[in-house]
Amino acid sequence: MMGGAQRFKDAALTALVALALAFPLLGFRTTDIGDGFITRFSWVAIATAATFGGRLLLGLVPQRFRLHQYAARYTALPQGKAVTLAAAALILFAILLPISPFGSRRTIDLATLALIYVILGWGLNVVVGLAGLLDLGYVAFYAVGAYSFALAAEWYGLSFWEMLPIAGMISAMAGILLGLPVLRLRGDYLAIVTLGFGEIVRIVINNWSAVTNGPNGIGDIPRPTVFGMPIAAGAPEGVTTFNHFFDIAYDPLQRLIWLYYVCLAAALVINWFSLRIRRLPVGRAWEALREDEIACRALGLNPHTIKLTAFATGAMIGGFAGAIFAAKQGFISPESFNFQESATVVSIVVLGGMGSQLGIALAAVILATLPEFGRELAQYRMLFFGAAMVAIMIWRPRGLFTVRAPSVRLDQP
Amino acid sequence: MSQTALLTVENLSMRFGGVVAVNDVSFTAYEREITAIIGPNGAGKTTVFNCLTGFYRPSAGNLVLTHDGRSFRLERLQGHRIARDAGVARTFQNVRLFAGMTVLENLVVAQHAELTRASYYNFGGLLGLKSYREAERAAIARAREWLDLIGLTARADEVAGNLPYGAQRRLEIVRAMCTGPRLLCVDEPAAGLNPHESADLARFLVSIRDRFGIGVLLIEHDMSVVMGISDHVVVLNYGEKIADGAPGDVRHDPTVIAAYLGEDEEA
Repeated sequence: MMGGAQRFKDAALTALVALALAFPLLGFRTTDIGDGFITRFSWVAIATAATFGGRLLLGLVPQRFRLHQYAARYTALPQGKAVTLAAAALILFAILLPISPFGSRRTIDLATLALIYVILGWGLNVVVGLAGLLDLGYVAFYAVGAYSFALAAEWYGLSFWEMLPIAGMISAMAGILLGLPVLRLRGDYLAIVTLGFGEIVRIVINNWSAVTNGPNGIGDIPRPTVFGMPIAAGAPEGVTTFNHFFDIAYDPLQRLIWLYYVCLAAALVINWFSLRIRRLPVGRAWEALREDEIACRALGLNPHTIKLTAFATGAMIGGFAGAIFAAKQGFISPESFNFQESATVVSIVVLGGMGSQLGIALAAVILATLPEFGRELAQYRMLFFGAAMVAIMIWRPRGLFTVRAPSVRLDQP
Repeated sequence: MSQTALLTVENLSMRFGGVVAVNDVSFTAYEREITAIIGPNGAGKTTVFNCLTGFYRPSAGNLVLTHDGRSFRLERLQGHRIARDAGVARTFQNVRLFAGMTVLENLVVAQHAELTRASYYNFGGLLGLKSYREAERAAIARAREWLDLIGLTARADEVAGNLPYGAQRRLEIVRAMCTGPRLLCVDEPAAGLNPHESADLARFLVSIRDRFGIGVLLIEHDMSVVMGISDHVVVLNYGEKIADGAPGDVRHDPTVIAAYLGEDEEA
């Protein structure tokens, strides 16, 4: 328990921080009259005083009434079998979403975006969560996947389904390309180089106008067909549309729902893949590399191969997500692939709990939809977003799910 | 019993800039023998290990490993290939387990090469081929045998980092053995153990040597362990070899006594 003087000092320090923040943020407001700005120092005074008073009052609350220490205890997340149940419930909800009462145009669109982030989170999880290689330029592979699909569609008229595996492979190659020069790097140094790689890819796309059409982006990207049949009101000669084949009226919502299911199916396949690969030699080698690279080498594991496979696998999944994103938007430009995206995906992995499939899926849904739910808050939306993230980290400092399931057990059949 | 040379170290030198850590050291380690490398702190023992296992590239000298009619030039092999192809496994002075993984996983990772082959470089395993499932089962069975031997079977699914120190040391040796080595290099295995645990460990090393017929290279400060189980002792001081022979002879060698206790002024 803090003494009175100490509490006063603590409140004063907090008020000082508030003052430093409020002075530039609240103290000046730009206008189009006079000098171009007006001063509002009374606001600064109010904010500082409120912070001081609030902190002082908070200090008076006895320790045992502090909420956050109970939060983690009484809001235990499922473990063991319950995780499987929770995951099954989530998948069932995801399958039924379009036909449920929530299935509006806006929610389906948002859910598709959330699923793309789930896929990205799972992809980056291979690199960051399993292999322990901090990659801050993951968006590069997302961009490579999106642009390889968009360009192949434009130049060669390849469809989404033809390009999906190829886009993944091209991204995997980009992953190896990034992996080769950074084989000897670790930790912070690796993070810096990957950050640079992400920016290089974006800048190349932005400036190589002859190929990528620069900042103007690429449009008219074909949508995924239903087993070769496009979803459309009318079609050119010789092409049967989905609507004609099943004899139902065209509705733009159908295209959205189909894309949602494509995305959901991709996510489920990638989940299956991730769970399975953890139990294969290469998956265990990734985790061993995260734990101790030197011990890996002493046991005859080649750290270079392990790193390259991790980068390639993560990049491939990012490439799939990119191709799906391009098909969803129908238009892509370098703006969609800035550092903000990399940061979001890293936040998803950290917030979800590194290595946890369910945790990452939840974190991806939260991070993708939170800004949308906050629309009513208008300009305070990002403030709300930041506060929510801080709250989650206080609630669960090591991510939503931190219990690691062993890849192999002694007593298994 | 005729001795078969397993490892021949010829004129090994390792320099870091102007510092000579190991200077022109030669010795031989034999199959089915425990060869101890002893010497005061900073004598270059671990440097010799690091040269042998590919963590350092020697400045000069040859390191030849011979078994089954094949010979390997260790100073030319990549680090991981020394363990995988030549069959040299090692443990570390400060235990290096995969602390966040379970005890069993530590032992399964050590069987990586075999499992990778059985899973057709993971692609077959991804498709759920029978050969991989069988290989995984066999790997688990092998791990279980080792765990039975060191009394850790009951804790197989626990996180390795939570084990007591002595158990971690034993697990690290067993993990090295799971790679199927011909030469096992153990770096101060008895450090931090009580006399009772040290004696257990000494017996364990002897049983490994006898059961698998491998050579063991041992760095150790605990003289009761060294003198009790070594077939052969190499003494280093300031990076140079000062004695080489049976434990009984080395123990009475005046240069060795001088190195450990300090030179007599008048001598």
